[in-house]
Parts: sequence; structure tokens; C-alpha cells
Amino acid sequence: MNEARFRWRTLFLLAYLLFALLPIYWMVNMSFKTNQEILASFTLLPQQFTWANYATIFTDASWYSGYINSLIYVAINMVISIAVALPAAYAFSRYSFLGDKHVFFWLLTNRMTPPAVFLLPFFQLYTTLGLMDTHIAVALAHLVFNVPLAVWILEGFMSGVPREIDETAYIDGYSFPRFFLTLFLPLIKSGVGVAAFFCFMFSWVELLLARTLTSVDAKPIVSVMTRTVSASGMDWAVLAAAGTLTILPGAVVIWFVRHYIAKGFAMGRV
Amino acid sequence: MKPINQKAWWLVLPVVICVAFSAVLPLMTVVNYSVQDIISPERRVFVGTEWFAAVMRDEELHAALWRQLTFSLAVLAVEIPLGIALALSMPARGWRASLVLVLVALSLLIPWNVVGTIWQIYGRADIGLLGAALAWLGVDYSYTGDATDAWITVLAMDVWHWTPLVALLCYAGLRSIPDAYYQAARIDGASRLAVFRYIQLPKLRGVLMIAVLLRFMDSFMIYTEPFVLTGGGPGNATTFLSQYLTQKAVGQFDLGPAAAFSLIYFLIILLLCFILYNWMQRVGTADREGAGHE
Repeated sequence: MNEARFRWRTLFLLAYLLFALLPIYWMVNMSFKTNQEILASFTLLPQQFTWANYATIFTDASWYSGYINSLIYVAINMVISIAVALPAAYAFSRYSFLGDKHVFFWLLTNRMTPPAVFLLPFFQLYTTLGLMDTHIAVALAHLVFNVPLAVWILEGFMSGVPREIDETAYIDGYSFPRFFLTLFLPLIKSGVGVAAFFCFMFSWVELLLARTLTSVDAKPIVSVMTRTVSASGMDWAVLAAAGTLTILPGAVVIWFVRHYIAKGFAMGRV
Repeated sequence: MKPINQKAWWLVLPVVICVAFSAVLPLMTVVNYSVQDIISPERRVFVGTEWFAAVMRDEELHAALWRQLTFSLAVLAVEIPLGIALALSMPARGWRASLVLVLVALSLLIPWNVVGTIWQIYGRADIGLLGAALAWLGVDYSYTGDATDAWITVLAMDVWHWTPLVALLCYAGLRSIPDAYYQAARIDGASRLAVFRYIQLPKLRGVLMIAVLLRFMDSFMIYTEPFVLTGGGPGNATTFLSQYLTQKAVGQFDLGPAAAFSLIYFLIILLLCFILYNWMQRVGTADREGAGHE
């Protein structure tokens, strides 16, 4: 019976991976073709294989600096998000305090504002502060949706850890910072891994705010990409190459946090 | 019960400051717009709730709202079970686990405007893999001509794009269940279904709550992907709420009605999320009490 179940699982997983990877294969496939080949014929592999689309990106500073700008503000955002969310999530999961439930839900409501009309006030706010076209502006703006997410995810994982662990640690004479860093954090590793990855991901792909708050110096890759749509038509091949390249940093990030996500509850003695 | 400790506010304060910095002022500004007729930056007239009344009467808006609700519920109905199933079938450890994790997460990392563009080609019968495969199977499919096909394509694109979010959350949730729980179940001779129902599902409650709320609110505000893929068409078949809002905001050059629309939009999401949240919490609590009696 176990054998059969294992086989069904594997089949299901392979079927899903096929569904998930085919569009990505198509994008990578397109990125090695010429525009003419993309639009003129159906080919499973590039017939006129070309690196030209990648060359366009790597030789043009306005293209590749987009990647660097995005990485800078995403990294700032990720660090701030996790750093402020950890203590807050601990407070929400362990204590009752005045307005705790309201604040907890209010945090999430900040993700619910439809962007179209909210862009203008954002623009005005950051212009007034003199932060326009800086990496820090985008990083701060993205906190609005990443911090609530991180708090909610981390709170979920922290609530799964029995409170007796905290109490035992305090009786054993641990101070709060030492308990939190050496005992508690390893227990919620998988939550931290997932939260960090999601913060990276949402900030990396966000387009509207990042485009509104930058013009030249901090212009992100998602915004640079929109230039492939021009009056003379769409540059499908370069867009596909740029899209392929945007996957890579995230794949590296998840490769680094994979152990945190996969191992989870490593302590056996609980 | 959790101990009462007002000092816990100090741990929450940095988060409140970070979020309020960029959230409260823009929200207040939009509220300010919504009660004025802004003819030019210097000439503004206070109009009270007039815009709100106008928005509430808008027939097209009602249609877009129903279209949006149907779409968001379909998204939840497909992505949540699929995400849980996927998380359960992903390998738990070893190099296979690492590889599958990375492969599953890939679709999340593609910028939204690229997602729409890729599917635009991918779905075309002459030059796209999906379109060509369907044509080869003899399915009459065209996302640009047929309203149902367009709707299903947008849904499939969303499922492709976002199921990994549900799966990753559930996967991490599953990994944090201590082995002792499974050992106890094995000693009791619990069936696979019983393990899922009484051990895994209750432990996944926290992450599932986040997954459901996130997918609900994000799909309710879906904009870029259908805009790039179908442009809202054919007809109005895939004109969802946020696209209708953007048409209004850009088309009319008057921020007043668009701001009122935004606020109503926001309140609808808020209300629905609040209902979902409370419902899921009640189910969770009833579940735990039920388990306690056994």
C-alpha cells in the first residue's frame, strides 16, 4: 500500500512540475530566438540560436543597473522587514495587550489598498521628504505590504511552539535576548525562511510603487523592462531574456533558505 | 490564555511605526480627495458624499464586482486544495527536496508584467506551446476571441503563478510538525486520512489562514496579468475591479470619484477578509475544543 501511495504522490508531483515548468521553458526558449522566429513559426527549440538578447542586457548599463537597483532595495527591505517583524510576532503570539487583536488585523489591512489611486499620495509624500529616486524610498514603501506579511507568517509559526519552552528557559536563567536568539529562533527556522523568501519575492516583482518612486538612479528592473513595449512594436525576445534573468536571484535566495524551510523542527527533545 | 503584558507594546511599536509611515498619510490623502471635486490643484470644491453615491449606483461597477467575486472564489477553490496536495507530495528531505522547492518557487519570481506577456505567446495556437497543444488535441481554443476561454486562461495563469505560495507556506508548516506526533499516530495505528485530519490540518491552520487571506486579497486586486494578457476582453469578460478602477482614474482626470471608488473597493476587501478571518478562527477553535473532548 505504501508503495502505491508513493507512486501516486510522485506522479502527481511530476504532473504539477510539468504544468509549472512548461511556461518557463517557453520563456527561456523565446529568449534564445530572434523576434522574427518567435512570431513567425512554432519551434520547440530555437532554430537560429542567438545570445543577442542577453548581450543587449549585459552591455547596456541602463539594463543591468536595473538588476542592481532592484537587489539593493529588496535587500534593505528584507532586512528591515524581518528585523522588526520578529519581536512583534513574538509579542502577538505570547502576550495579551491593549488592542492586540485590532493592531494585528490592522497590519494586514495595509495590503488591501488598490494601488491605482494610492500612487499619487505616495509620490507626494516621498517628494516632500526628498527621498524620490532613492533605493531607501522604495524599500520603505514596500514595508507597507511586507512587514504585515512577515508578522503574520512568523506569528503563525511562533504560536506553534509550546509556551512551556519559554517558561523553562526563563527558569533556567536565560535572558530574553539569549533565549530568543539561541533557543527560540532555531525552532521557527522554517517560518523565518518562508517569511524572508516572501519578502524578497513581493518586493522583487512589485511594479507600480517602484516605478512611481524612481526615475533614473534607482530605477528597478521591472520598470526598465517596460521599455521593450514601444511604438515600433514589442521586443518579445529581449523581454523573455530579461524575464529569465529576473528569476535567477530569487532562485539563489530560495537555494540558501531551503534548509530553513525543509528542516523545520530540528529539536527532538521537545 | 496568554498572560497580559502591556510592555509587549514595545516589541510591536517598530512595526507600527514602519507601516504607519507609508500607510496612514496616503490613506488620509485619498479620503481627502474622495470628498472633493478637484477641477485643478487650486480649484477644489467640497462635495461631501456625492462621489460615493455615484459610485454605488454605477451598473458597470456592480458587474465588475460580481465578476471579481466569482474569480477570487474560483482562485481559492483551486489554489488552496492544490497547494495543500502539492505540499503533502513534496519530498521532505534530501537533494530532491531542495530541487523541488526551487522548481516550485520559480513561477513566483517572474515580474507580473512578464507573466502576462509570456502567457500571451504561450496561449497562441500558431506560435505558443499551450495553444498549439490544445489545437493538436482538437480543442477549439482562443483566449482573444472567446470569453470563457479568456476567463479560464486568466484563472489558469493565476493558478500557475500563485499555487506555489500556498504550497510553500503549507510545506513549511508541515515541516515544523515534530516527529513525535507522527510516531504517536503510528503507534495508535491511525490511517493516512486520520493523520491528515487530526494532526496535519490543525497544525496547518495558521499558515492556511495566511494563505487564504493573501490569495483572496491579492486576487481581488489582480491587475497587471489580465491587463497584459487580454486587456480586459473579449468584451468585458476579464475586466476585473482594479482594471475598471484604473480606467476610471485615468480616463476622467478627476481624482474625486476614483478616490471614492478606491475607498469603497478597500472597504469591500476589508469586510470580506474580516468575515473569512473570523470564520476560519471559529472553525479552528471549534476544532481544537472538539479534539479536547476526545
